[in-house]
Amino acid sequence: MKQINLLMVDDEKGFLDTIIKRLKKRDVNVSGVYSGKEALAFLDKNKNVEVVILDVKMPGMDGMETLIEIKKQCPLVEVIMLTGHATVETAIDGMKMGAFDYLMKPCDINVLISKVEEAVAKKKAHEDKITEARIKEITQRMA
Amino acid sequence: MEHVPEDRHIFYQVLTRKITMLIVIVSFFPMLLTTGILFSRFNGAYADKVRAHISELVQKHTQNIDTFLAEKTGNIRFMAQNFNPRQQSAEAFLKQNLALLKKEYGDVFTDVGLVDDKGIQFAYEGPFNLKNADYSSAQWFLMAQDQSVYISDVFAGLRGHPHFIIAVHLQGQDSHYILRSTINFGAFNSLVENIHLGKTGMAFIVNARGSLQTQTHVDLLPEVIQSVPKPKDFNDKATVFIKKEDNTGREYVCVAAMFKNIDWMMVFHQDLDDAFRDLQSTKWLTLSIFTLGCIAIVFVAFALPRNIVHLLSSADKKSEVMNRQVVESGKLATIGELAAGIAHEINNPVAIMVEEAGWIEDLLEEEDLKQCENLDEFTRALRQINTQGRRCKEITHKLLSFARKTDSTINDVQVNDSIREIVSLTGQMARYNNVIIETRLNEGIPYIRISPSELQQVILNLINNAIDAMEKTGGTISIETKISHIENKHLVIVIQDNGPGIPRDNLARIFDPFFTTKPVGKGTGLGLSICYGIIEKMNGKIDVQSEVGAGTKFRIWIPFQEIEEQTT
Repeated sequence: MKQINLLMVDDEKGFLDTIIKRLKKRDVNVSGVYSGKEALAFLDKNKNVEVVILDVKMPGMDGMETLIEIKKQCPLVEVIMLTGHATVETAIDGMKMGAFDYLMKPCDINVLISKVEEAVAKKKAHEDKITEARIKEITQRMA
Repeated sequence: MEHVPEDRHIFYQVLTRKITMLIVIVSFFPMLLTTGILFSRFNGAYADKVRAHISELVQKHTQNIDTFLAEKTGNIRFMAQNFNPRQQSAEAFLKQNLALLKKEYGDVFTDVGLVDDKGIQFAYEGPFNLKNADYSSAQWFLMAQDQSVYISDVFAGLRGHPHFIIAVHLQGQDSHYILRSTINFGAFNSLVENIHLGKTGMAFIVNARGSLQTQTHVDLLPEVIQSVPKPKDFNDKATVFIKKEDNTGREYVCVAAMFKNIDWMMVFHQDLDDAFRDLQSTKWLTLSIFTLGCIAIVFVAFALPRNIVHLLSSADKKSEVMNRQVVESGKLATIGELAAGIAHEINNPVAIMVEEAGWIEDLLEEEDLKQCENLDEFTRALRQINTQGRRCKEITHKLLSFARKTDSTINDVQVNDSIREIVSLTGQMARYNNVIIETRLNEGIPYIRISPSELQQVILNLINNAIDAMEKTGGTISIETKISHIENKHLVIVIQDNGPGIPRDNLARIFDPFFTTKPVGKGTGLGLSICYGIIEKMNGKIDVQSEVGAGTKFRIWIPFQEIEEQTT
């Protein structure tokens, strides 16, 4: 199976570092950044990122703002909101803004991976549709 | 709530007293003043009126009598001037004139006579045989010597009847005579007797020496007659008004007027009480109205403040209850915010711990540690860390749910199912503590729209409390569900134990946040206050009844909607 390119955004360094180690062990190509700004910069440089896991509550640029910016910058990237309990409403708002799903901290690593896989599958399907449409357009033009 | 604090009680007493005083002062003094002033004014005016009335009466009658005397004197003088001894004998003259007078005036003139300068009545006409009577030593004769016209005082005279005499000088050619006429005392007396007022008002006439000139119906005390005003008292006034007291203690009024023709005096005499009888009755009326007014004021002054203060105190009580409720909900809100903050802060470290444990688990998979003899223990410990982490998550979730900031998702809940679930969860712990849980779940109860996890939290909390209470003794917890008979459209959950009960002092505080009887570190004191908050949020009600030694009963009412309403 193809390696998943994942970006995790969380200001909680201890959490982020450990979960990255665990994900890498499970053969996920994962990178971590500690703020919304860094995430945007990272996405700008690495166009191969498929899924972003975004903590809702962060100092400075918070999850929602980051989500909006990400969706502006690279609309095809899927975003999963990661939240403490108090911010479920925000996560739901995020889903309305185009996030794929949300996860609650602390979360089971396997649940997390399966969510990510779902997101990837969705992205893939989405991209396939786009490609198909393009092909159709091209063939029509050629015809 | 029934108990009023001591200082409040004193405040109410002081307030009552103040209002009473105010009412008494504000209504009593104006009434006293008004009544007093009006009565004294009325008194004065009425006394003046009575005085004026009596004075007028006396004056009028005095004038009448004056006229009477003047007329009679005139008659005699006229008769005297007509006498001519050369033309007519004295006898014939007297006879003719007396007949004329009687014809004109009736029985006023009793007789007429001619008396010579020696006092011998040489001619007489009348009912008595008084010819040649000797008047030389009679009082009137002596007095009449110096005056052309003389009216005598009333006296018995030669005949022994009271009468008085009008004597007129008659100048002859060689000598002079006196023409005298006796006036019928009865006719004269009736003029005075007719003056009546009230029961005791009557008039009499006294002469200058103070002896009575008329007859009276009532015997007058001598000192009353003696005390009539003297001529010098008049000071050019027509009448004199005096008020006196006789020696029997009766007060009387005396009104006197002087005659013009004679030095007699008309005196009107009446008891004071009789003269001012109307005034007296007015006085009584005023007094009784005043008394009634006083009674009314006193009644109002005592009843009204009590009423007002009663209303005030009940309003105070109400506002106190409301204040408590506000404080209560404020407390819960504060606790909620605190809980939310704490939960959130704890959540992140717990997440990290769980992740780290997971990482170790991951590492155990690949290392050579697989041969380690304690591998199973490691795995178990890690699993335990995971489990406890999840438990922490549950706790923080509950705290946040209390704070109303999480998704306490609302569902249609069958309360019985929830309770069965909890009972099965707590069954193990209950058995361990020698506690039996009985359920009497009424199958007919409807679904309710609430957050199932919150309801479970409440019931779990109550069951745990009951188990804790019966830790040493063991006992029975009974859980019952039914449709409430007390509250309309509510179902009721009754959780009852037969444990040691809650002391009365604690009972009022058990829903207070941080109130706990458990040792430090064992309980937060939040359980029941959270339950209270949850049930309040469901628009329900929770109450507690407890008796020391007999057990404790919690009742929870939760409103439900009719099925028809749910579908719409």
